[in-house]
Amino acid sequence: MITLIKRPTPSRGWSYTTPIIAVLATMIAGGLMFAALGKDPAQAIRMIFWDPLFGPNAAYFRGQLLVKAGPLILIASGLAVGFRAGIWNIGAEGQYIIGAICGASVALAAYPAESHLLFPAMIVAGALGGWLWGMIPAVLKVLFNTSEILVSLMLVYVAQNLLAYAAFGPLKNPQGFGFPGSRNLQQYPSAHNPELIAGTGAHWGVLAALVAVIGAYILMHRHIAGFRIRVAGEAPRAARFAGVVPARLVMFCLGLSGALAGLAGLFEVSGPSGQITDGFNAGYGFTAIIVAFLGRLHPLGILLAGLLMALTYIGGDMAQMMLGLPGAAIQVFQGMLLFFLLGFDVLTNYRIRIGRARA
Amino acid sequence: MTLGGIDIIVLTATLMAASTPVLLAATGELIAEKAGVLNLGVEGMMIMGAMAGFAVAVTTGSPVAGFLAGAVAGALMALLFAVLTQVLLSNQTATGLALTLFGLGLSALFGKGYEGVRPPSTGKVPFGPLSEIPVIGPVLFSHDWVVYASLILVAVTWAFLRFTRAGLILRAVGESHDAAHALGYRVIAVRIAALAFGGALAGLGGAYLSLVRVPQWTEGMTAGAGWIALAIVVFASWRAERVLIGAYLFGGITALQLQLQAAGYAIPVHLLSMAPYVITIVVLVILSAIHRHGAQAAPADLGRSFHASA
Amino acid sequence: MTGDKLLQIEGLTKAYPGVVANDGVGFSVAPGEVHALLGENGAGKSTLVKMIYGLVKPDAGTMHLMGKPYTPAEPRAARASGVAMVFQHFSLFEALNVAENVALGMENPPPMGDLAKRIREISNAYGLPLDPERLVGDLSAGERQRVEIIRCLLQDPKLLIMDEPTSVLTPQEVEILFHTLRKLSSEGTAILYISHKLEEIRSLCDGATILRGGKVVATCTPREKTARELAEMMVGGEFKATDRTQRTLGHTIFEVKDLDLAPMSQFGPALKKVTLSLRAGEVLGVGGVAGNGQEELLATLSGERVSAPGTVLLHGQDISDLGPNDRRRLGLQGAPEERLGHAAVPAMSLTDNALLTGTVRRPLTNRGFLDMKAARLFAEEIIKNFDVRTPGPHVAARALSGGNLQKFVIGREVLQYPEVLIVNQPTWGVDAAAAASIRQALLDLASKGAAVIVISQDLDELMEIADRFCALNEGRLSAPRDTEGLTLDEIGLMLGGAHGMQEAAL
Repeated sequence: MITLIKRPTPSRGWSYTTPIIAVLATMIAGGLMFAALGKDPAQAIRMIFWDPLFGPNAAYFRGQLLVKAGPLILIASGLAVGFRAGIWNIGAEGQYIIGAICGASVALAAYPAESHLLFPAMIVAGALGGWLWGMIPAVLKVLFNTSEILVSLMLVYVAQNLLAYAAFGPLKNPQGFGFPGSRNLQQYPSAHNPELIAGTGAHWGVLAALVAVIGAYILMHRHIAGFRIRVAGEAPRAARFAGVVPARLVMFCLGLSGALAGLAGLFEVSGPSGQITDGFNAGYGFTAIIVAFLGRLHPLGILLAGLLMALTYIGGDMAQMMLGLPGAAIQVFQGMLLFFLLGFDVLTNYRIRIGRARA
Repeated sequence: MTLGGIDIIVLTATLMAASTPVLLAATGELIAEKAGVLNLGVEGMMIMGAMAGFAVAVTTGSPVAGFLAGAVAGALMALLFAVLTQVLLSNQTATGLALTLFGLGLSALFGKGYEGVRPPSTGKVPFGPLSEIPVIGPVLFSHDWVVYASLILVAVTWAFLRFTRAGLILRAVGESHDAAHALGYRVIAVRIAALAFGGALAGLGGAYLSLVRVPQWTEGMTAGAGWIALAIVVFASWRAERVLIGAYLFGGITALQLQLQAAGYAIPVHLLSMAPYVITIVVLVILSAIHRHGAQAAPADLGRSFHASA
Repeated sequence: MTGDKLLQIEGLTKAYPGVVANDGVGFSVAPGEVHALLGENGAGKSTLVKMIYGLVKPDAGTMHLMGKPYTPAEPRAARASGVAMVFQHFSLFEALNVAENVALGMENPPPMGDLAKRIREISNAYGLPLDPERLVGDLSAGERQRVEIIRCLLQDPKLLIMDEPTSVLTPQEVEILFHTLRKLSSEGTAILYISHKLEEIRSLCDGATILRGGKVVATCTPREKTARELAEMMVGGEFKATDRTQRTLGHTIFEVKDLDLAPMSQFGPALKKVTLSLRAGEVLGVGGVAGNGQEELLATLSGERVSAPGTVLLHGQDISDLGPNDRRRLGLQGAPEERLGHAAVPAMSLTDNALLTGTVRRPLTNRGFLDMKAARLFAEEIIKNFDVRTPGPHVAARALSGGNLQKFVIGREVLQYPEVLIVNQPTWGVDAAAAASIRQALLDLASKGAAVIVISQDLDELMEIADRFCALNEGRLSAPRDTEGLTLDEIGLMLGGAHGMQEAAL
């Protein structure tokens, strides 16, 4: 018989080791899945985790790594702050979309005027858009105690429909021969978010992600405000006792994560994606949830987890092209990773004893 | 009988069919939540039910086998959630999200070969002359057996929670797992059973979507229905009879929205498609506002992990 | 072999990682006997009764019930054998009604209608009237206990276990409970009575088994011993009384005027027109049965809940709308009842828990940035000055025993030298030595000129340290009385008497 015994003090060692064990377990389980799909598991795993970094075409793929990791890290940094406080923003995908729409709208309204102020204005608009979209569940929670989980999630569907509406309607490229989708911002110098160092894939959004990681680290681990946020997640009543005002906390966490998701959307639409289209959003907002947990809600962990998750995206694309692995397989792979992580997490707080001493 | 280009009878008749998937899923989630577990993976269980039900129905040619497969797939997903949250004590919110993401991926993976196929049709219940009665006939007696089965299920759930000892134990476990444990009830076992039942109903609801409502298989076809089911449980203040009202209300909005699109109103399609989600939010807000100072209807231990301390 | 004994226990042992909760415990109970299990918190009483009730399996030892081997695998089996238990923390469901709660504790409950009728009958017969339709959440603590007792009585138990039954009762209610228990015992039901209240045991029990550190240290007839002798057997040493040196009272520094507060939870009480004033150096005791507004009172005074303007004044300044940290800055501190999750964060280290309330009056931050070294030193200072038994400040709060964590919490507040300190149930669930040192710390703080409010259910404790006493009953605070010369009967009436109970019709 297996019994769980609660550890008096949570194990630090296990909290660092479980993500690694989870990744290894996912590789094994994923390999079995690939084998079941009739693919060579070793080859598939190598293609996902190794080839994008060190394989024959690594030079190209390495650039893609930061392009994918940037938004994931940016969004996850914000989400993790809220998750730590027990505030569940699961609508980052919607905030990401709205940020992109707002930022792109500013650019498209100014088109074709060139100005150095345009890009900063877009950044502000993108962050503001995401912030506003995040503030809807926040305000509703504060005023009416409505579940932020359900509201933020519902707003993803609303945002997706708004995105489609914008792509087919108000933001449609007048010179686009009737095709849905906006003008391409890559061809609009003032609004373009370019690659800053050629070949690295690093655009302004990647820089922003790095700043977000450092900022989140200082906030959560060096400042009293972050300390109180952590207390709020661990023990809400103790947080109140320590002077936390729950309403302010909800507004701060949802606003912050919304703004960062909005920023991610803006950098994506003005950079790698270039235009508002119906299918502009690629699920970063949801994958960022996995990134946040895989990084143990710690800013530095999120940095690593974001890179790893970006790797599975790129490797997955590669495996899709070269091995004919279905695109959804990688989604399953990511889901498994989260499951293993949540499952192994038990080791941090509990000791496992097999069998029991009976007289 | 038309009103502004909308046929009221057709609308009411479609309402019942449109409501069935969320009604089933919400009833299942109600049982899980009454036992004190918040499973946010309804969407993932539904989509797996939709995929598995569709695949089995197409392969065997039997819709009944399809619905059974949908229920089993949903229950298996729920058991995965149960192992993680009840045995390994993982965070329920995070695990529920993981279940949804996993289900969406897995269903897309396995469902690849079934796109563009038509499923065998699920027969309507032959009511004979009853279905010929004007107005009442098409509204009440023109549906397939799953619609009626879902109504019976709601009634059974209601009676189970209200009158049976097993229902009382289930509620007790959801109210205070510590007290229930002290009295010798098996908290974890009750919760796992409740989760499996909830998963089976979510899977059934998903299968109804792919086999009857749409009817075909497409990736991500649940489109938030699972989340709406979760909202309906809140809307219903955790009461079975109100789940029915909630589900039919949302079904009505979906049906109306589709009819408005069909009637050619000059409202952009995408804005109309938002309506169910926006209205879900509005209703949630109204409900929360009403309950703000009133009785808290949620089970007291909802979402809390149970670990018997020695 | 067990003769006429109802329950015979021999060599019962149960070990948990790091602690032997019960070590070869043996005793016996005769039919109709009221037998006391006496011991401090942590002496192993709870583990012992959990084994008898089938909640915990012993590692070794035997139990016999009515001469037959008795090994209950679960409470259900215990109940089927005729063993019933009334829990200290009630095993009740607030959102369910009385009849449903009773049904959950029975093996084969009759249909709800019949059950409701039987609840009415039995509860009236034993002088503990209950309405089966009412929600348990709406009942007072005393009424909730009645639900537990009735639930047991409906099953005709041979042995009734009662775990600290009087801690939630007023003195008058205790009298009624004793009548009921004596009636039961005269009808042949044995009662295993767990308590650390010595006078109660002396007046009620026929025999007593005294536990210390998981072992039986003595068996006696309590009526033949003095309370002091029993206490010394229980604690295993001399009893040290608190040093209550004469304090000089200064002028009024803290006032509460007509304070109202809406209920904080569905089944919680509202505060109604609470008025009090406190002088420097004074200790005010607030007595009352749990659930009458203690938590609410602490929350409004500490600033977790704000109140209408002009209701809370410190040094004449209106602080009604200030939060906890602003109040701390002005010298008002609090220590809530619930240690794990309210006064301290269970999974966080003691250093982190020192930061929880310590950043306002102690230099633990620098422009908002944490000074972890200063926080650690502060935690170490608390550990040292308050004799907190722990390997060090890196240990999580939940790893400490109740008494040690409570010393840490009280120490954290006291070492910030507050002008007004409000504590709720400061020694609840704490062993005698720790309780004495906590009481002494509160008195010492007062003698340095601070005003202290002690909210407690333990009337002996309040009589021991408070200068004035007032009672909190259904959210209302009575006028204060000097503790000197106050009798137990007077206190009982201040606490609301018997809450509508009637004595058993014998």
